Amino acid sequence: MFWDRIKPPFWDNDRQSDPRSLFNYRQVWKIIILCTAGASTLPLLLLTFMNLTQYQEAMHTESIAPVSRLISNTKRSITGFLKERSAALNFLVHNNEYEELIRQEHLARIFRDLKLSFGGFIDLGIIDSNGVQRSYVGPYNLQGKNYKEQAWFSEALVRGSHISDAFLGFRDIPHMVIAIKSHSRTGRDFLIRATIDTEYFVELIDSLGLRPGTDAFLVNRSGRLQTPSLLHGKVLEPMGFPVPAYSEHTEVLELEDENGNPLILGYAYIPDSPFIFLLTKEPLILTRQWSRLRNTVLFILGLSLVVISVVNLGVVTFLVNRIYQADTNRLAALHQAEHTNKMASIGRLAAGVAHEINNPLAIINERAGLIKDLLQFSPDYNNDPKLLKLVDSIINSVQRCSTITHRLLGFARHIDVSIESLNLGKLVHEVLGFLQKEAEYRDITIFTNIPEDFPDIKSDRGQLQQVFLNIINNAFAAVSDGGRIDITMGVVDQNHVRIAIQDNGYGISRENIKRVFEPFFSTKTKTGGTGLGLSITYGLVQKLGGTISVQSKEGEGTCFTIVLPVKA
Amino acid sequence: MNILLVDDEEELVSTLAERLGFRGLEAQWATSAEQAMKKIENHHFNVAVLDVKMPRISGLELMDMIRQKHPDMKFIFLTGHGSQADFQQGCSCGACFYLIKPVRIDDLVKKINEAMGQPPACPKN
Repeated sequence: MFWDRIKPPFWDNDRQSDPRSLFNYRQVWKIIILCTAGASTLPLLLLTFMNLTQYQEAMHTESIAPVSRLISNTKRSITGFLKERSAALNFLVHNNEYEELIRQEHLARIFRDLKLSFGGFIDLGIIDSNGVQRSYVGPYNLQGKNYKEQAWFSEALVRGSHISDAFLGFRDIPHMVIAIKSHSRTGRDFLIRATIDTEYFVELIDSLGLRPGTDAFLVNRSGRLQTPSLLHGKVLEPMGFPVPAYSEHTEVLELEDENGNPLILGYAYIPDSPFIFLLTKEPLILTRQWSRLRNTVLFILGLSLVVISVVNLGVVTFLVNRIYQADTNRLAALHQAEHTNKMASIGRLAAGVAHEINNPLAIINERAGLIKDLLQFSPDYNNDPKLLKLVDSIINSVQRCSTITHRLLGFARHIDVSIESLNLGKLVHEVLGFLQKEAEYRDITIFTNIPEDFPDIKSDRGQLQQVFLNIINNAFAAVSDGGRIDITMGVVDQNHVRIAIQDNGYGISRENIKRVFEPFFSTKTKTGGTGLGLSITYGLVQKLGGTISVQSKEGEGTCFTIVLPVKA
Repeated sequence: MNILLVDDEEELVSTLAERLGFRGLEAQWATSAEQAMKKIENHHFNVAVLDVKMPRISGLELMDMIRQKHPDMKFIFLTGHGSQADFQQGCSCGACFYLIKPVRIDDLVKKINEAMGQPPACPKN
């Protein structure tokens, strides 16, 4: 599995397995990763967030403010236009008597003056309180027409003035009407009514010089278009979205149109009229800039996060691993020291016991020997065969005891390094001698390749024997019957020699190979391995000033290489 | 042939002396270095069999003391201790021998005969 391959060695280290381990490495790793990741990414995230928010705000202001300004200006123009005309009509009705006004030629003169002073007037008429047009000047023949049934007529009578929506009226072109109520000297109400061309609004909007994607138009309060719109319908048709809520001031909203695209909508209610000026704008260009900036920022953020994470993970894993390795080495050294101490204690104890026992044993030996001598040499003691046999038994037992004590003394000797000049080839053959029987029995072939000029080295015979015995024993355990073991010796340089012991056994797995020299690491625990063999071997080789290394491939075999100094 | 046995264990040296007597080797014994030096003043010995570890004066020191007076004497050491290294330091010239207790009487006789066949002098280091 991939994880098994990249998993750092400390990952499976369980602190409970060795309470002397300095840390719980997995936890330490996690804490450091979290702290460093937090400390390095948090400011970055915060900065990015603030940057984006502020930029967005600035962009927003930049796009809203001109819209708002444009709408306010337009609103002022339209309001002014309407007010001017209302004021002119108001002036007319208050400055002229009803009787004069219903005189056709008088009205025609007024209309002419009006057209000269103010643009936009199409016709002018006076309507009495019954809705009959009493006089009329204009391009159409509307004299005598009754307006009583029309909505604007009654409204103007009630409110005193009226500005109508655009409507097609009698002439099938959009126009609007301004009607002002007044009363004659006889107290009868009448209306002055002027038709005004909505073309003025169209020209006004055209003169705004709108950019593509922007649309401006007037609607009435029920949402019908009063001037043509580029994007939202024809005159007198309803526009595509609901009428915005009433407000005294200019408003700019951000909406979504029917297709879900963002839309900036600005509007202003024109006072004393049914009109609402609307301006719609696609925030497309701004959005594009904005999204490019945002993408760049987010890309840099993402890249930074990836780089930070990779560096963070790499560095922390590396460092924790190094600490773990140092700790592992420390523990191994501790184990090794403990082991050496233990062995030294046992050795001293054994030597002490052996020495103390040897003295009384010697006395028993000599006394029994004397009895035997007396029986054999002195005629007084009659050479009794039964006694002789008893004494022999004592002497034999003493011999057995002395064999044990001698062996104990020999064991103690192995603890201390005793350097002598020795022939390594011979020593290896001596060790192989111990294993000859097993090799024959299991049909294991052992090749030794020792160059003729291989130098004698100065080292400890007993300890080297133990080293080779351990490794060759391991090789025996690794190969199957009929296997092969190669022992190759060579000179590294003037001061070092190398001995490689290669087997074609089952090899050591990748994860185990790092641990073979660790104390108590064994794959043979079920078959009685203590996990100390290679650990002791490692310690012995180090004590002799050498190094030991291992290469292995699972299923192909293992090679232990020992480099020893010529002079330990 | 005269043999001097020195060991702090009287039971051991007395018995050994008697046993060597049975084998035609005349042996006298002492249980301390001082006693041994006295014996040397009165007798001539060919071989001394010494215990290495004795109270006050060790076998190795005793050897040095005897050698000053009788440089041709041969020495055999008996020891219950196993450290050959110590021993070899004090006795590296091959003129002395080393046996670990308990020792077979035949081995001791053999060593004594061997020692007698050695060249007489041992150059002092």
